[in-house]
Amino acid sequence: MELHINGKTYSVQSEGDTPLLWVIRDELGLTGTKYGCGIAQCGACSVLVDGEVMRSCVTPVEGVKGRNITTIEGVEEDPIGQRVVAAWVEHQVPQCGYCQSGQVMAATSLLKQTPQPSEAQIAASMTNLCRCGTYNAISAAVQDLAGGGPSAAAEKARMQAATAANGRGMRS
Amino acid sequence: MSQSTDINGHNETFPTDETPTNISRRRFLLASAGVAAGALVLGFGLPLDTARARGATAAAGSPPRVPAFLEIRPDGGIRLQSPFNEGGQGIFTAMAQIVGEELDADPTHFLVENAPPGKQYTVMSNGMRITGGSMSVRFGYTAMRRIGALARMMLLQAAAHQWGIAVGELTTEPGRVIHKASGKSLDYGQLAPHAMALAVPDADSVKLKDPGQFRWIGKPVKRVDVYDKSTGRVEYTIDTRVDGMLQAAVQHAPRLGMTVGRIRNEAQIKAMKGVHSVHILDGAVAVVAERWWNAKRAAETAQVDWQEPKPDPSARHMPTDFSTKSYREHLANASGDGETAESKGHVGDALKGAQTVVNATYSSQYVHHAQLEPPSALAHFHDDGTLEIWLPNQAPDMFLADIAKRAGVDADKIILHSPMLGGFFGRHFLYGPGNPYMQAVQLAKATGRPIKLIWSREEEFLRDPMRPMAVVKFRGGLDANGMPVALEAISATEGPTEGIANQRSKKKVDDSAVEGLTGKAYAIPNRRIAQLYVKTPAMLAYWRSVGHSMNDFLYETFLDELADKGGQDPFELRMKLLKGNQRLTHLLQAVAELAGGWKRGPFTAADGSRRARGVAMASPFGSQTAAIAEVSLENGQVRVHDIWQAVDPGSIVNPAIIDAQVAGATALGLSEVLLEEAVYENGQPRARNYDMYPILPPDRMPKVHARIVESGAKMGGIGEPPLPATPPAVANAVSHLTGQRIRSMPLSQYDFSA
Ligand code: FES
Ligand code: FES
Repeated sequence: MELHINGKTYSVQSEGDTPLLWVIRDELGLTGTKYGCGIAQCGACSVLVDGEVMRSCVTPVEGVKGRNITTIEGVEEDPIGQRVVAAWVEHQVPQCGYCQSGQVMAATSLLKQTPQPSEAQIAASMTNLCRCGTYNAISAAVQDLAGGGPSAAAEKARMQAATAANGRGMRS
Repeated sequence: MSQSTDINGHNETFPTDETPTNISRRRFLLASAGVAAGALVLGFGLPLDTARARGATAAAGSPPRVPAFLEIRPDGGIRLQSPFNEGGQGIFTAMAQIVGEELDADPTHFLVENAPPGKQYTVMSNGMRITGGSMSVRFGYTAMRRIGALARMMLLQAAAHQWGIAVGELTTEPGRVIHKASGKSLDYGQLAPHAMALAVPDADSVKLKDPGQFRWIGKPVKRVDVYDKSTGRVEYTIDTRVDGMLQAAVQHAPRLGMTVGRIRNEAQIKAMKGVHSVHILDGAVAVVAERWWNAKRAAETAQVDWQEPKPDPSARHMPTDFSTKSYREHLANASGDGETAESKGHVGDALKGAQTVVNATYSSQYVHHAQLEPPSALAHFHDDGTLEIWLPNQAPDMFLADIAKRAGVDADKIILHSPMLGGFFGRHFLYGPGNPYMQAVQLAKATGRPIKLIWSREEEFLRDPMRPMAVVKFRGGLDANGMPVALEAISATEGPTEGIANQRSKKKVDDSAVEGLTGKAYAIPNRRIAQLYVKTPAMLAYWRSVGHSMNDFLYETFLDELADKGGQDPFELRMKLLKGNQRLTHLLQAVAELAGGWKRGPFTAADGSRRARGVAMASPFGSQTAAIAEVSLENGQVRVHDIWQAVDPGSIVNPAIIDAQVAGATALGLSEVLLEEAVYENGQPRARNYDMYPILPPDRMPKVHARIVESGAKMGGIGEPPLPATPPAVANAVSHLTGQRIRSMPLSQYDFSA
């Protein structure tokens, strides 16, 4: 079976009902895509199939042959993906980082379909779990991307400076 | 975790006097450890066992261990071996900031790695090396600063020698030494080869910077690992691989302690696609295959006759009749005064003389770590018998010692790698059958191949050791003005430290069971906190903020109950009980100010919802916290809109990381109070995955507003402290809004739709 991943064609041996996640991770060695639950609950395994986000832990590989798959390893090849990564760095989103491949893929998919999503659209699309609680940083980054400008980032930097200043001001 | 070790850092009395040494000239060793030629390398202690390491390198390609702590390369690159593991708490960045500050080098350009095991990385002033108890920065601070300062001094000396100018005339700018008078300068990289031969100056000969001069410490320096984590480049244990590796999955016994009788369909499993072999382990069946998916499918297909264990008091056994419901009743029915953990005045007399006495029973629940990366381990026996192993851990030396003992391999024949952690929250200490690495070691031995074993999420939730459950009986006495004059708390529980040791604390009280009931700052003149030891068959663990994760909930919600009984506003009551305590009244005022002033409500918000606020405080891990939560009800469910939290860790290293830690710990506290409870029925967990054990999803995350207060007090922790005040602040708000007293978590078990 042939798979198109990140612009390359791979020939894979796994059986057709193997989840795409394990073909990517084990057979192809692309370990940026993560396993968290295996039952479509957490989103750590998110990849793009023809530009749309999918939870690869419950996607049989035979269903995606011939389609264009993008994993986190290829996300910066995509101009929108590149902006998402830049926003993640700007907002210093990741903590442990384990969920973040999936989060970046979900945000990339959202912005590809809807370049300027509303807050409600963002909430409806960004449903991946994060045990480290980076949700507010994620939504700030996505809102920043949706607004197209660096305003949210500037605001955050200002807040951080203010927090630091507060801290010093309050030394008793 | 060794039996008596207490991660809470209560024993701070062993200063390390290990002095840094220059090991730049240990060329052979350094080259084999990937150190650049011509680099200045400082370590703690000397590389041990040079000959053996050399032999191993030649024989089997297993890398030697080199205590290279700080490496300044000729190309100007700086590599730092962090004694603490990174798992999202930002410690790699904080370490780079601290060393970079004294070295005078930009921390964002550091390459930071997790250091291998070894005494030379024991930099904590309490003589331990674990990543936990929020200790990394506060206890590693001075040693890390000193090594940076000494390296800088050596670079200054090298430049002085090059130019024939006295050291005193030279100074540094980030990454280089300059001579202001002549305008000459040399990069650290250029100087590194010349500093290689110098002796490390006497530790007392360098003066650490005055905090007022800090360039990076105290600033929101960008994290060193964020780009890699945003692009999937970080390698966690689950991602590791070596040549010739096979993969393994297990099916655990449904109840801890049971053993394998026989596998009824072994032939069928062996014939399944990709299966290499089937193995019987202690309390589990394992399948080894070329690919993990095949191993997992085969393992879950196994039909196993499980056998009850023979009675063995040294091992924990989960009986068939265990349920969390009946165990909670069992705790509630336990009678006795328990062992005193803290007392002041005469609580019995004061209760007798009180105007009003309030009796109430509160409880906490078992919770899972639920870190997103399922546990795994990769074990590889080299031809010379060396065992190389990759595993998630918060204490490399303890894991190494445990593996040596249980696998019967000499400690110096074990090379242990500690990849970055996909979350930890206390999950990665030594938990016996709660860790997968011994299974991986056994399978590697049995197959003669490197084995990567991954626990599926389902197997993880079956063996994840849990945060303890406790039932606390409170008695409070109020005087005629409604002021608390007496408080007694007797907690029926088994603490995490004694639970992990499977042995009751010799002191009779496990500090980690009662912290957060003890150590409260309120001036209640008569009080007694006690533990009533009741053993549980469940495996116990440390969980982010340990005892505080439940005890501050229990105490602070009961305090609100007392406030209500005494007709006092809960914020005002706390202020009164903290009268004269400048640090804490200041903190409480700071959080109120952050929230736009204290108002309890209920009030109607701009969106028409009816809301109330709750307040709570905690004193965890050397820091002080105060939180206010604002809540409403939505279709009978609690919605948390805002959390304001003021945190006083004394002094800080990186405010941006602290903001992130406040958001993260607050989220975990919310998850606990709103949603989480590990339920057992018939000796088995009801939830084996996130579908039945929901954790906080994005749409229930409130706005989090943090204020850092630097009181200048002794530096406290930051990874865990922002958790404990969150659950009670939320519960107190809900109690007030609904009129229904909240005495247990999670709130999802209550029906507020009436
Ligand atoms: S691993 Fe696919 S959704 Fe969790
Ligand atoms: S960053 Fe750790 S799970 Fe999201």
